[in-house]
Formats: sequence, C-alpha cells, structure tokens
Amino acid sequence: MEFFTLHDFMTYSKGITYLIMGGILVFMPLYWLYLTERDDD
Amino acid sequence: MSQETPIARKQYFTPFNVITGVILVIGLVLTVLRFTKGIGAVTNLDNNNPWGLWIGFDLLCGVALAAGGYMTSSACYIFGLKKYHSAVRPAILTAFLGYALVVFALHYDVGRPWRLPYPIFWSQGTSSLLFEVGLCVFLYLTVLFIEWTPAAFEWLGFKKIRGVVVRLTLVLTIFGVVLSTLHQSSLGALFMIAPSKLHPLWYSGYLHVYFFISSMFAGLSMVIFEGTLAHRWLHHKMDDTHLAESDGVVLGFGRAASFIMMGYVGIKIIGMAVDNEWHYLTTGWGAWFLVELVGFVLLPAILFSMGAREKNLTFIRVAAVWAVLGIVLNRLNVSLIAFNWHLPAADRYVPSIMEVGTTIFIVTLGVVVYRFIALKMPILHEHPDYKEAH
Repeated sequence: MEFFTLHDFMTYSKGITYLIMGGILVFMPLYWLYLTERDDD
Repeated sequence: MSQETPIARKQYFTPFNVITGVILVIGLVLTVLRFTKGIGAVTNLDNNNPWGLWIGFDLLCGVALAAGGYMTSSACYIFGLKKYHSAVRPAILTAFLGYALVVFALHYDVGRPWRLPYPIFWSQGTSSLLFEVGLCVFLYLTVLFIEWTPAAFEWLGFKKIRGVVVRLTLVLTIFGVVLSTLHQSSLGALFMIAPSKLHPLWYSGYLHVYFFISSMFAGLSMVIFEGTLAHRWLHHKMDDTHLAESDGVVLGFGRAASFIMMGYVGIKIIGMAVDNEWHYLTTGWGAWFLVELVGFVLLPAILFSMGAREKNLTFIRVAAVWAVLGIVLNRLNVSLIAFNWHLPAADRYVPSIMEVGTTIFIVTLGVVVYRFIALKMPILHEHPDYKEAH
C-alpha cells in the first residue's frame, strides 16, 4: 500500500483500526460467555 | 545432648538453606564490589545501553509481577468478592516484598543510596515521568507496608493498633489501585521518549496502556503461581479456610487472566493497525514479536480458558507460569532486546555474569524473606484471636 499524503495514511490505518475494534467489541462478550457458560453445571 | 546435635544440624543444613545461603553470600560479595569499585566493574552497561538487566528485570518485571497486590485487594474489598479473601494477605506480602526489592535493586543501578529521598523531598522533577514513577513507588510501598502490618501486629499481639490499621483497609485499597494505575502505565510511557531506539513493533503511542493492562494479568498469574508454590512448600501453614478457598481463587483468577489477556492481544493488534506496522511481521523481528504475542500471551490465555471451563487446576497453574514468563519476555523485549535494535551486534548489550548474579541474589532474598514471614506470621492462615474479624 502506497501513501502520498498523511490523509491517505490516516484513512487507511484508521479504517482498518475501526474494523478491528468492531470485531473485538463483538468477540469479547462472546469470549466471556464462552468462559462462563459452564458455571451452572 | 549427643542425640540433639545431629537433629539441630539437620534442620539448619536443609537443601533450601544451603542453596540460598550460597547465593546470598555470593550476592553480598557482588554488592561490596558494586559499591566499592563502581557500576562499570560489575556491569556491561555503556552509553548506548545505560539501562540493563537490573532495570529490565528487577524493576520492570518486579513491578509488573507485584501487581497481584492491587488486583487481589481490589477484587476483595472494592468489588466485594469475599471468596478471594484468603488470597489477599499472600498477595499483599508478595507485592510489598516485590516493591521493596525493586527499590533495593534500584540502589545497585543508581548508586549513592543516601540520595534516595532527594527526588521526593529536595529536588522534584515534576515534568519527568521518572519522578512520577518514583513518587508512586514511594507512596505505594508505604501503602503496601501499612496493608501488610495487620499480619505483623497480630503476630506481635498489638490488638489496638491492628484495629486502627484494619479500619483503613478500604481507603488503602483505593490508594493502591490509583497509584498502581499511575506508575504501571508510566513505566511503559518511559520508553515513549525513544521512538528511534525501540523497534516499531514494540513502540507504540499506547505503550503505557499495554504496560498497565499486562500488569493486571501478570498480577493474577503471579498470585496463582505463588499459591502453587505455597501449596507445595508451606502447606502445613494453611488453615481449612485457606485450603477450601484456594481452588476458587485459582479458577476465578485464571478466568479473569484469560479475559484480560484476550483484550491485551486485541489492543496490541489495534496498536499495529494504527501505526500500519503489518509489514514488519514478515521480518525476523516480526517472528520474535509473534513468539511473544502468540506464544506467550495468546496460547496461555487459551490454556487459562480451557482450565476455567473444564475446572482443570493443572491447566491454569501451567498457564500462570507461562503467562509470568511471557511478562518477563515482554519487559525484556521493550527494555533490552528490541531496544537499540538497529545497533551492530558488537554494540548490543548482554548482561555480565555479575549482573545476572546480583539479580538472582535479589530474587533469592525475596524468597527467603517471604518464607520467613509466611512461617512466622498469619499470612496463609487466620490468627485464632481474629477469626471473627473477617
């Protein structure tokens, strides 16, 4: 990926960052459920 | 009398006493060398590498691994998880000794111990992160000392003053969390002044966040690891309450550590994305970075989760040791291995045998003092006079 302006760089890196953040927001509650789902057994 | 002497000799010359005795004697010799011949006589430090193993391991790892104190006391007294109460005293003792040894070890690096109070009382560098770290460690060591004193007062029979200190528990716990948040993160922030020296995969604008979050699971893992050792060597000092609660502590802390470690992996990936550092992952440094992040954070996190789900204490105990090693690797990477990464091999820092010896001496000193206190004072059991107090 080639960048010519700071704006190009920020658009690319922030775009990826927001996608990862969204993934983490979905993943972490699911991971907590995975950790705790057998508590009632 | 002739029968008593061999028994007494047998008690003194145990393998533990002999090995620790030898290490302590060697450590004392190294201490004399350090303070009479200067820092250059015992270390491989130079102008390129002014901070070595004593900062990278004794200080950075010491502070991170002592985080079990604030994690356990906040779980018990702030979040009300009283089922972890029996883990509080061992964790506070470990944290207190950990911080005391951090300050002790710092003398070897800085020299001139009589000048220790200067940054606090004479010449405050209020714009310096090091001043903030120093002030927080000074205050938190005091807080940990006060939090530890009820055990000593129970042992000595000082009921009145013990009652006064116990009433301060909640406020001391809050101080502990605030001070830990400040200096755990500031230790990471120290390295933000050197973007050209620290490898981009480890350097980040979030370095302070990484240090703070990683200190949380370092502390939890250390409490589990230390509990495992205590069960092995000090089992006879544990009362029924401690034994009954210990499995719950391991399971609960293992689960919490797993969750925090997954979050830590997440923010490390975010850090890479923000700085667009993906291309470094295909280099040799990238492989080393993945060894740390996948091999020593993600995999122990998964093992923790398996242990928590299956109620398998062995999995969690193995994962705790693994995570502790991961924290040591991370701190050494940031402060030594990935620091000055661009320098030619001849200029890279490798600790001298005397630096390693001094570090082993300081760790051994901690183990000996912990064992002495845990054997004498009500750390792993409740004092019979205060059973109703909890």
